[in-house]
Amino acid sequence: MSFDVETDEVEYEGSLVEVEDLEKYYYENDTLFDRVLGREPTAVRAVDGVSFEVQEGETLGLVGESGCGKSTTSETLLGLREATGGSVRFKGRDVFRMTGSERTEFRQDAQIVFQDPFSSLDPRMTVGEIVTEGLRIHGLAGGEERTERAKDLLERVGLSARHADRYPHEFSGGQRQRIGIARALALDPEFVVLDEPVSALDVSVQAQVLNLLEDLQEEFGLTYLFVAHDLSVVRHISDRVAVMYLGKVVETGPVDEIFENPQHPYTQALLDSVPRASVEEYGRRGGTLEGDVPSPRNPPPGCRFHTRCPHARDACTKELPPDYDTGERHEAACFRVDADHEYWESEPLPHASETGEGTSVGGGIADSSD
Amino acid sequence: MSHAGHRDDLLRVEDLTTRFYTEEGQVNAVESVSFDVRDNEILGIVGESGSGKSVTALSAIDLVDSPGKITGGEVWLRDAELAGEFRGDKPEAVDGDFVDLRQLPTGVRRALRGPKFSMIFQDPMSSFNPSLTVGEQIAEAVEVQRRASANPRSTRSRTQGYGLGKLLVDSVVPGRKYTSDESHERAIELLDQVGIPDPVERADEYPHQFSGGMLQRAMVAQALAGEPDVLFADEPTTALDVTIQAQILDLLRDIQQEQGMSVVLITHDLGVIARMCDRVGVMYAGEVVERGSLEAVFDDPTHPYTQGLLGSIPDVDDPAPRLEPIEGNVPNLLDSEMPDRCYFADRCPKAMEACLEHPEERAVEGDRRHTARCVLADDEYDPERALDESQFEGGDGE
Ligand code: SF4
Ligand code: SF4
Repeated sequence: MSFDVETDEVEYEGSLVEVEDLEKYYYENDTLFDRVLGREPTAVRAVDGVSFEVQEGETLGLVGESGCGKSTTSETLLGLREATGGSVRFKGRDVFRMTGSERTEFRQDAQIVFQDPFSSLDPRMTVGEIVTEGLRIHGLAGGEERTERAKDLLERVGLSARHADRYPHEFSGGQRQRIGIARALALDPEFVVLDEPVSALDVSVQAQVLNLLEDLQEEFGLTYLFVAHDLSVVRHISDRVAVMYLGKVVETGPVDEIFENPQHPYTQALLDSVPRASVEEYGRRGGTLEGDVPSPRNPPPGCRFHTRCPHARDACTKELPPDYDTGERHEAACFRVDADHEYWESEPLPHASETGEGTSVGGGIADSSD
Repeated sequence: MSHAGHRDDLLRVEDLTTRFYTEEGQVNAVESVSFDVRDNEILGIVGESGSGKSVTALSAIDLVDSPGKITGGEVWLRDAELAGEFRGDKPEAVDGDFVDLRQLPTGVRRALRGPKFSMIFQDPMSSFNPSLTVGEQIAEAVEVQRRASANPRSTRSRTQGYGLGKLLVDSVVPGRKYTSDESHERAIELLDQVGIPDPVERADEYPHQFSGGMLQRAMVAQALAGEPDVLFADEPTTALDVTIQAQILDLLRDIQQEQGMSVVLITHDLGVIARMCDRVGVMYAGEVVERGSLEAVFDDPTHPYTQGLLGSIPDVDDPAPRLEPIEGNVPNLLDSEMPDRCYFADRCPKAMEACLEHPEERAVEGDRRHTARCVLADDEYDPERALDESQFEGGDGE
């Protein structure tokens, strides 16, 4: 599939968004008082060298459990948080080095919709003001024009023009999320980060909002980064998927590949865990992973998943697995993908029950048959 | 009562009704809800927020606080001993081996919490007192149960006000060492039983030192202290990540089978229901709108709301091109705004004239144990008799 790049100014090569080795560390014990006491600040490596791209017109699902760094990744790549390292390119330009008009343009082109429709809308502003605040800040439309635009946007997201004069508290969760979406659309963005946009909503309302997001994408040619923990939702909406664990992307690939032919043991475990809403699910045990996610304050050495991975071996504790190609545009960071890796000769870790043989995964580079 | 029941019934809830009296007005949180819990089964209650599913559980074990009030209904528990005790004094509260708990004195009812009923909640953090060790709090639950069985009228818990602590009632001098070594040992056993590694050490830790999953296990341990016959689990895995959720669900099933107890699992997640439950009740707007076996409800849903719910969820194994959501929003349950018709009619794609009369719960054709509060249980949808949208002024889809 190819897309026409509809920009009037910039020609660029590659993907619309390119994230490379992105890092975001937080520091704890880092107050003046801590320094007076001579305490060493501890780094919390929320995002620790994350790379992926988002192509124009597609939806990339960024999925992982809480604390994996997926939301921090999305906020950092938009420049809402200061990156510790790495780079983000938007249409070929380095987001972290943009200045002046370039920066202003990026602020219009890239928008975000947050998870919580209750706290992300200013309760003192009318819905019309909220939706068109960006237009006001960027000095793009005034008076009548702005009011008209607010009404159009509200109608486009399935609300009514009459709602422009009301306040957020008068709306249900689903309606508020529609308001948040209208706000993100006001500046005609090309790229929208959707950070858990439906996870606070009831399932019947969630389906309405998912359908709306799909319609808007088609109508406006939007590119989405869809951040979520719910695998069913991610499967439904994404073209490609990146799976995160403890600050790293462990697997990326086309959505059907990730869900039907997952290569990383963490992705496999995630998929096993999801309860399916059908009678065949009855009695199935889903707890394939033991233990908890380790703290990003003190991540395990080597492969970060080795403390829970059912296939972990000694080699996994020594070295960080690189991203191996396992098929077309499908990568996984696990030694099991490499048939020649010393992993296969090393001892299984005590918690890893099986020997690593005879499972469906690994043991060589997967054939990419499509 | 007994004539209608199943021979394995342990608990039969009939027409339970709970109101909340708030500033905005009367809220009909639970509206004439009936369900039964059998021996050794997991019964699921599924619904969206505001469906009344949590209040239903609280009402069944008499834990509704002001401004809420249970205003009607019966809660029949099978307990031959209790039945014997009250047969003379209160014959109307006894039916065979069953006792209607709603007709018993409060003290007797409360003493049943722990040994008969227990409950776990969504948020384990708010269910533990942050300033006491986890071991102490579980030991205390053990102690309270022991004292309660010795003397139902003299128990007080320092975990009162914290989740399960709310279940446990009254009267010991504060500051005194309250738990015996025996209870402490039992607490460690319970922690071990729910899969907490190094239970001896972990017992001396405080709640904030536990991860969410571990604390959820600890809450299960606390709930097991009284060896309950029925465990109510209210969204027990909703706050957890999916891999941890899977562990806790496995644990709940193991414990349920080991103890031979019954579980009432309350959740919004149809996948959790499908994995865990033998039978299911679907709630909407304070009512159970459909109930039956897992197969009946999932494979042959009769109520359009159940059908809509099942059509709303994306399938992890199949990227269906388009979801089919239920239009509109969940109603707010204010009495003044509750219409005198089927509560789902304004969102129902199959609403007919007959739906303007509030439907009774009725058996679905061909299956006596599958019921729905819907005219379609024994009638066909007929477009000729369809209601048009204008019947519902000011619907909330706008
Ligand atoms: S590298 Fe080792 S520990 Fe990491 S996912 Fe692969 S097998 Fe498991
Ligand atoms: S009673 Fe009528 S309106 Fe209500 S759910 Fe059934 S068909 Fe729909």
